Amino acid sequence: MSESLVHNVLVPFVKGLLTVILVATAAGILTWIERRGLGRLQIRKGPNRVGPAGFFQWIADVVKLVFKEDVVPSRAEKVIHLLGPLLLFMPAVVVLGLVPWGPELTLFGVTTPLHAAADVNVALLLILAVSSIGVYGIILAGWSSNSKYPLLGGLRSAAQLISYEVPMGFAVVAAVLMAGSLSMVEIIEAQKEAGVWFVFPGLVAFFLYFVSGVAETNRTPFDLPEAESELVGGFHTEYSGFRWAIFFMSEYGNMISIGAVATTLFFGGWLRPFPNVAWLSFLDVVPAFFWFAGKVFLFLLVYIWFRATFPRYRFDQLMALGWKALIPISLGNLFLVALAALWGAAGLKVLGAVLVLLVAAGLVAAWRRPARASVTTRMAAEKVEVRA
Amino acid sequence: MQSYIPILFFAAIAALFPIAILVVMALLRAKAPNPTKLSPYECGIASATDAHDHRFSVRYYLIAVLFVVFDVETVFLFPWAVMYDKLLLFGLIEMAVFLYILVLGYVYVWKRGALSWA
Repeated sequence: MSESLVHNVLVPFVKGLLTVILVATAAGILTWIERRGLGRLQIRKGPNRVGPAGFFQWIADVVKLVFKEDVVPSRAEKVIHLLGPLLLFMPAVVVLGLVPWGPELTLFGVTTPLHAAADVNVALLLILAVSSIGVYGIILAGWSSNSKYPLLGGLRSAAQLISYEVPMGFAVVAAVLMAGSLSMVEIIEAQKEAGVWFVFPGLVAFFLYFVSGVAETNRTPFDLPEAESELVGGFHTEYSGFRWAIFFMSEYGNMISIGAVATTLFFGGWLRPFPNVAWLSFLDVVPAFFWFAGKVFLFLLVYIWFRATFPRYRFDQLMALGWKALIPISLGNLFLVALAALWGAAGLKVLGAVLVLLVAAGLVAAWRRPARASVTTRMAAEKVEVRA
Repeated sequence: MQSYIPILFFAAIAALFPIAILVVMALLRAKAPNPTKLSPYECGIASATDAHDHRFSVRYYLIAVLFVVFDVETVFLFPWAVMYDKLLLFGLIEMAVFLYILVLGYVYVWKRGALSWA
């Protein structure tokens, strides 16, 4: 087989297939981790029947979903009904293909960079472009079902996604400004050169990116589209069986890709902590890929933690947060980072130190403030009578 | 251009993988449709109208238009951010002027109440 055929067809094909299978499997295992974790956080057990600690629960769920009847409402637009979930799944996989998972890999005599798809020099722009395709998936799924609740859920969801894309874009611009490049590999190398992860000077940008990312993936506290109490199941009300499973895989796939992009932009991708400090070089025993995967995994745990901690926003609060809070903050942050970057890497380091100190001071202040008494204690103190 | 080909592979495989499972499992899964099962989700009564006949809030259009304005703005910021280490102070002032116009529009839109949902 010719060299170019291997590089242009075989390698991308194998990588693509592996990534899709990886996303599907990771989605399954994540549901198990999520349900066990939520169980712990809510002082109950979670799934514990199928296999050790309930680990095979997700396999049982997959089997169930695959064998379930494929119900497509008779009034639905059949083709678009199928297109919806696919358009949501595709971006998750492609974005994971554009994020570098490690420096380089040689396998079966073929050396290839360890990104799944390609090191494109405008990768970040492409990631933003591709991930916005998901909006079409959601709104088409909602519209094509030809039913009230999916239509409303799809509209809401589309409004939510496009609203949070704006602060996300501004946050990403701040990271680009620090790195001076749109290539994911060069952004990681810029963090190695600067000797500091961009999360420190880009603390606000990272915060904005992650909050918008949670909103983009429709996770709690921004899971309005699936607000069961008002909209049944939101845009996927009319989906069942494996079609619904595609939505499910896309949600987890998008969580992984948001985590992967955040890791690359702000947490040094595959780099170990403090990549330039020599005495920490013993950390290099852990291969680069595992640093990357470990950081992404931490993000996924934070997603689950959010779900156990925060109540859901109301829709007008959600839009107000996006348009009236995150956008002004992101513009201000961009200006701040640009100002610090006038002095190059030194300016960014100073900005990072100032931000970290501010956060530390805030934490200390919060720590020292006396805790609010619980509702029951206050009611007892104010002699509020509870009528039966 | 060649470096973009793998991305197309990814997109194609991501689309074909779920379709393949749907097609293969069509041979194995249960299949027992009936008119009630295939009707749109309602509270038990067959809906008289198509969902597409209903109208929805004009605010969704407004949000969409505002999004386009801000997103185009972001597109202009990307090349500026990449070249910032060469533009420096000139770039900062230039972009401050550019963003000033955006912020004027933003304040106007806010004052007109386009950003509040209630």
